[in-house]
Amino acid sequence: MPTPIDHHEVQRLLAEEQAQLVEVLPAAEFADEHLPGAISIPLKQLDRERAQQLDRNRPVIVYRYDSQ
Amino acid sequence: MSPRAASRLESIGFERVYDYVAGKADWGSAGLALEGENGSETRAGAHIRTDVPTCRPGDRLHDVRADLDESGWDTCFVVDERRVVLGRIGRRAIRRRRDVSAEEAMTLGPSTIRPSGRLEAMVARMRSQRLTNLPVTTSDGRLVGMLTFPDAEEALRRLGR
Repeated sequence: MPTPIDHHEVQRLLAEEQAQLVEVLPAAEFADEHLPGAISIPLKQLDRERAQQLDRNRPVIVYRYDSQ
Repeated sequence: MSPRAASRLESIGFERVYDYVAGKADWGSAGLALEGENGSETRAGAHIRTDVPTCRPGDRLHDVRADLDESGWDTCFVVDERRVVLGRIGRRAIRRRRDVSAEEAMTLGPSTIRPSGRLEAMVARMRSQRLTNLPVTTSDGRLVGMLTFPDAEEALRRLGR
């Protein structure tokens, strides 16, 4: 089960474990604003092929706009 | 949406998947940088003054006034040990002659904005409400600084908006 985290833990994972940030909102919203270093994989496109962009040996952090 | 994305990645075989539930709204509200067409430069947090005076609830108004005279500001925020805003002492309160505590002199619950607030919206708000500045706090109430109307207007002009 995915682990819920806050922004402090996001910062720690990025700094200490080279985590990968994935925004799962539509691409237009990613273009508007996104976390530094994040890549865009909209939820509707999140299949095995797109997931190959990610390194399986590093943590992956997914996020959207907020909890709603 | 992000719980579904995280679960999807796990089902594909990723073992260490985390869900930043509060997302980029929280990131921006915490004063952390955002990139993109409407990244941090278009947000209040990039244009604030961070030297806004603060005092503690038990400080005496006489001392607060003396500090303000030196700083050039005409307002002071009453904060706790974590810089969470408890109240604001404005121009009128600071001129009171009686030497009460900051807690007694302060106005409770001052209106604040987040660092992620869009600059255009903040300028429009200050203009319509005839405000000269807006205090900026993180989502957990900690004081970050002050967005002044002249600074915000100048930043918008520079951004070509």
